[in-house]
Amino acid sequence: MADPALFEFLHTEMVAELWAQDPDPGPGGQKTSLLVLEGMGFRVGQALGERLPRETLAFREELDVLKFLCKDLWVAVFHKQMDSLRTNHQGTYVLQDNSFPLLVRMASGLQYLEEAPKFLAFTCGLLRGTLSTLGVKSLVTASVAALPACKFQVVIQKP
Amino acid sequence: MSRQANRGTESKKMSSELFTLTYGALVTQLCKDYENDEDVNKQLDKMGYNIGVRLIEDFLARSNVGRCHDFRETADVIAKVAFKMYLGITPSITNWSPAGDEFSLILENNPLVDFVQMAVEAKFVQDTLKGDGVTEIRMRFIRRIEDNLPAGEE
Repeated sequence: MADPALFEFLHTEMVAELWAQDPDPGPGGQKTSLLVLEGMGFRVGQALGERLPRETLAFREELDVLKFLCKDLWVAVFHKQMDSLRTNHQGTYVLQDNSFPLLVRMASGLQYLEEAPKFLAFTCGLLRGTLSTLGVKSLVTASVAALPACKFQVVIQKP
Repeated sequence: MSRQANRGTESKKMSSELFTLTYGALVTQLCKDYENDEDVNKQLDKMGYNIGVRLIEDFLARSNVGRCHDFRETADVIAKVAFKMYLGITPSITNWSPAGDEFSLILENNPLVDFVQMAVEAKFVQDTLKGDGVTEIRMRFIRRIEDNLPAGEE
């Protein structure tokens, strides 16, 4: 069993490495780094989903899948449950974490707010990847109003 | 109850897999970003070093392990306390050099990354990824890092 600190430290290094590669990113530069992190999260989420035992995957409804992410996936990855899950019942879900572990080490308040997106991209991908393996196509974005709380918005893509 | 217990085991397993998978995704990404393997390894070594620096602080804060008095004790703490705490495995310590400044960590079954790098040099002698039966990490003592405490603090 790997200690949670390992993943946290690895994630910090990943963000630093992918950010440092392009010291003077043009208007599109930062976006590329975010996409790379998101892509890595997606692959990891997909692979995690594939390793789940079959009985876990017998979801009847979309909402059950989202509940699984908020409870089981979040506990496995971040050792806590998501704080709230809301939906408009039309394919949009808002998952709120009041104290997101990957943001906790940053000072709370507004000081580092603009640094936050790079610490969320991997997790957005992770959610999208796991959903994809569970048969749900989605778009996932994240927003932060006050550290260390954040919201993930999942919009289901209907075929 | 059994469902609860199952969930617990499941989430522990997932947590371990998350780490391994993330590390894999990182290596894949670096292989795309850098032209040759040497540069990829150099980059991984740098990141591993940075993680090690943070890890030792985390370790000292959480483990209650005091100062090591010699390199043999350091070896014991790394193998029996640190590996156990962070990865749940205990490598065996073998192949001490006659001078007592080098040893090997033998990992039976876990493809590991080179995390621990204090005042020692770590390199892979055998690797399950290269077809060897076990993974062997060779550690060499370089020098003792002296504490530089600010005046008045002990």
